[in-house]
Amino acid sequence: MGKSLLQFTKKGIYCSQAKVYIDPWRPVDKAIVTHAHADHSRKGMKHYLTHHYSIPIMKARLGKNIVTQGLHYGEEITINEVKFSLHPAGHVVGSAQVRVEYNGEVWVVSGDYKTQDDGLSTPFEPVKCHTFITECTFGLPVFLWQPQHHVISSIEEWWQNNQSQNRCSLISAYSLGKAQRILYNLAPLGPIYVHSSVDQMNKAIEESGIRLKNKYQPITKHLSKADFEKALIISPGTTGDNWTKLLGKFNTAACSGWMQLRGMKRRQNLDTGFVLSDHADWQGLNQAIKCTTAENIICTHGYSDIFSAWLREQGLNAHTEQTLFQGEE
Amino acid sequence: MKSFTELILKIDSNRKTTAKIQALVDFFDEADDDDKLWTIALFTHRRPKRSVTTAKLREWATELAGIPLWLFEESYHIVGDLAETIAMLVPQTTEIPPIGLSEWIAKIIALKEESEENQKSKVQTYWQGMSRTERFVFNKILTGGFRIGVSRKILTKALAQTLDQEEAIIAHRLMGDWQPDNTTFKKLLIEDHQHDSDAKPYPFYLTYALDKELSEIGLEVEWLAERKWDGIRAQVIIRNQNIYIWSRGEELITDKFPELQALTDLIDDCVLDGELMAFKDGHPLSFHQLQTRIGRKTLSQKLLSEVPVILMAYDVLEYKGKDIRSTPLSARRKILENIIEKAHYFALRLSEAVPFTAWKELMREKSKSRALHCEGLMLKKKDSLYHVGRVKGDWWKWKVEPYTIDAVLTYAMSGHGRRANLYTDYTFGLWENNELVTFAKAYSGLTDQEILQVDQFVKNNSLQKFGPVRSVQPQMVFEIAFEGIAYSKRHKSGVAVRFPRIKRIRLDKKIEEANTLDDLKAMIE
Ligand SMILES: [Zn+2]
Ligand SMILES: [Zn+2]
Repeated sequence: MGKSLLQFTKKGIYCSQAKVYIDPWRPVDKAIVTHAHADHSRKGMKHYLTHHYSIPIMKARLGKNIVTQGLHYGEEITINEVKFSLHPAGHVVGSAQVRVEYNGEVWVVSGDYKTQDDGLSTPFEPVKCHTFITECTFGLPVFLWQPQHHVISSIEEWWQNNQSQNRCSLISAYSLGKAQRILYNLAPLGPIYVHSSVDQMNKAIEESGIRLKNKYQPITKHLSKADFEKALIISPGTTGDNWTKLLGKFNTAACSGWMQLRGMKRRQNLDTGFVLSDHADWQGLNQAIKCTTAENIICTHGYSDIFSAWLREQGLNAHTEQTLFQGEE
Repeated sequence: MKSFTELILKIDSNRKTTAKIQALVDFFDEADDDDKLWTIALFTHRRPKRSVTTAKLREWATELAGIPLWLFEESYHIVGDLAETIAMLVPQTTEIPPIGLSEWIAKIIALKEESEENQKSKVQTYWQGMSRTERFVFNKILTGGFRIGVSRKILTKALAQTLDQEEAIIAHRLMGDWQPDNTTFKKLLIEDHQHDSDAKPYPFYLTYALDKELSEIGLEVEWLAERKWDGIRAQVIIRNQNIYIWSRGEELITDKFPELQALTDLIDDCVLDGELMAFKDGHPLSFHQLQTRIGRKTLSQKLLSEVPVILMAYDVLEYKGKDIRSTPLSARRKILENIIEKAHYFALRLSEAVPFTAWKELMREKSKSRALHCEGLMLKKKDSLYHVGRVKGDWWKWKVEPYTIDAVLTYAMSGHGRRANLYTDYTFGLWENNELVTFAKAYSGLTDQEILQVDQFVKNNSLQKFGPVRSVQPQMVFEIAFEGIAYSKRHKSGVAVRFPRIKRIRLDKKIEEANTLDDLKAMIE
């Protein structure tokens, strides 16, 4: 038996035929990057191949001088007879699954994905393959997401409720992904401010011509309490910096798939938690896997051992591989 | 049960006490009397007898969820709460018309008489007709594990506010052996009770830690020294043939100490200040043993004889109906000595003075503290009044140095509030057979600078990550300080320590040099 098309090595997922790594976690010559989150898109690669939308984001995070090449979804590139193409993963703007084909054998690396359409990211598209490398951050049947509009309206309700108590609303959401998802989908009930790291990501996304719908302003030290009256503030952490002193009274909430667990919410001592995730829930994972028609499933990050045991019971050839991917905050 | 579920949601999603109280007040304003009574019953750990085993519940839920039992168990393991796991895994298919809490409880009680087959079909129908949170609350009642962030104190405050009544009186009325089926809301809380105000306690006099040299506080003859007992500070009130025991947290805990009940016949009306302690054969037992008793809902005869509790009395605030808090301590002690002598009862002891003529003798006395299960010494000025609250200068506590041990960082969790982005809560392990066994969690003791340092370490050395928790490469050694130590079956390590905190980071130590679990056990006296 020859070498697998893709192997899990110390440096990352490796295609030896093409001498290319996918989302490597150590510096390599050539990297294909599924999306711009820090655990998938790391610094130190000599050359990055990724979706066009991810390039400005990666430059904002890793430096202007990185060497990049952009692809559209579905566009094919051949390296030493191996065909590579990117397909929407629905995770964040620019996120892609990587399809790898050689000698009639097809592998797909999912990166991170969700099957729910968030309105902003290009929606997930299943890709038929023989071997599917899937994430399973929320690979447990207790994780089931509500439709997005339910979550969005509870955020709006919370915001209005805070307004009626003359408090501003500080919502914590990951600076790439959920921050824009909220910004894009929320009804404009008042002024919206964003933490500088969110502002940086917004600008990088807008560079690709994508509009975030709602008006927003970055927080600066020139703002005063009066500016924040009735406002919503989107920030990667609920507090932590001096700028919260500018706000006056505020209520906090966090957005994460982990908020589905009562214990997580309590341990973090949060007022409010909204169950909102950029990863697939239990149903999403199972559906996605079915649609690939793959017989071999390799599970990475999250509840990978439990999830692969479940898949084996469903008659699939599934196993777990260790990676340095980290899942959701 | 909609409004009760909403109440639980509000209580659960608010960490502010005032908001929890407000939610309860709003609920009590609207609910009918039976629902109110059951709500109070549930929050004071009175619940319908369990009608179905949890093994059955798991089986029935697994069936509806369409997953194998092992996957249910894995989910339960991660969620950590059976009621919640079932609530999450069972899908809603219909909607049951809304009925009140007390009606739901009647249904739950009725289950007990049913055949297993009927139990199954009923429980499954209920589950499928409820929203996820309703299902969660229903399961909590069904499994009897109703622990939701409402302390006795919060409940008392809310009822006091609802009924415009004094808190001490409400607290007293909630005591005793009432059950929802032998009383009504009106009988329990509204109708006139005799001697209601007898239960009212005085504010405690709280002390500061000694912050200067002994010679600086004055002359030896002006001071009284006592052991600092390691128990539960309490005020014991005897008025009109009744006894009321208040903890320092202003909770009425009379029921937990049946030993003291006899005092109503043995001594005149008075109010005593002292320490509730596990005490046997003339010696104090460890605080841990006292804790095992406090945790129990019912006290078995066996436990009562294994861990008897006494009041180690050190002050008297009221005697024969008269407030004597402004009488000097030396005179109050005389009265106290008389009361105790007259009672001549095993569960009432005097906190004896530790005799000394020169300050340096007290140093020696202090060093005996650990062996006596004490926390150190108390110094009280002989002419001091019994002050209200925390007042500096007349009473001092002088505590012994804590225990310390070197342990390895194994897990870290992100903090909250202004430290939400930092890993600030740590779990530590000690060696046993080449493995690190968790022995304590600690989050305090580091400077902001050190927290940043540990945070960086955690972020760079994570092994696995689940939400806010990361397991880390064993590499960092910390010196952990703690107050008490005892064997414990509830802890994985077999040992429980009190008030663990970080003393310092030991960058000079390799993990192989950290202590073993046996080293820790050797500290138990
Ligand atoms: Zn991601
Ligand atoms: Zn990932």
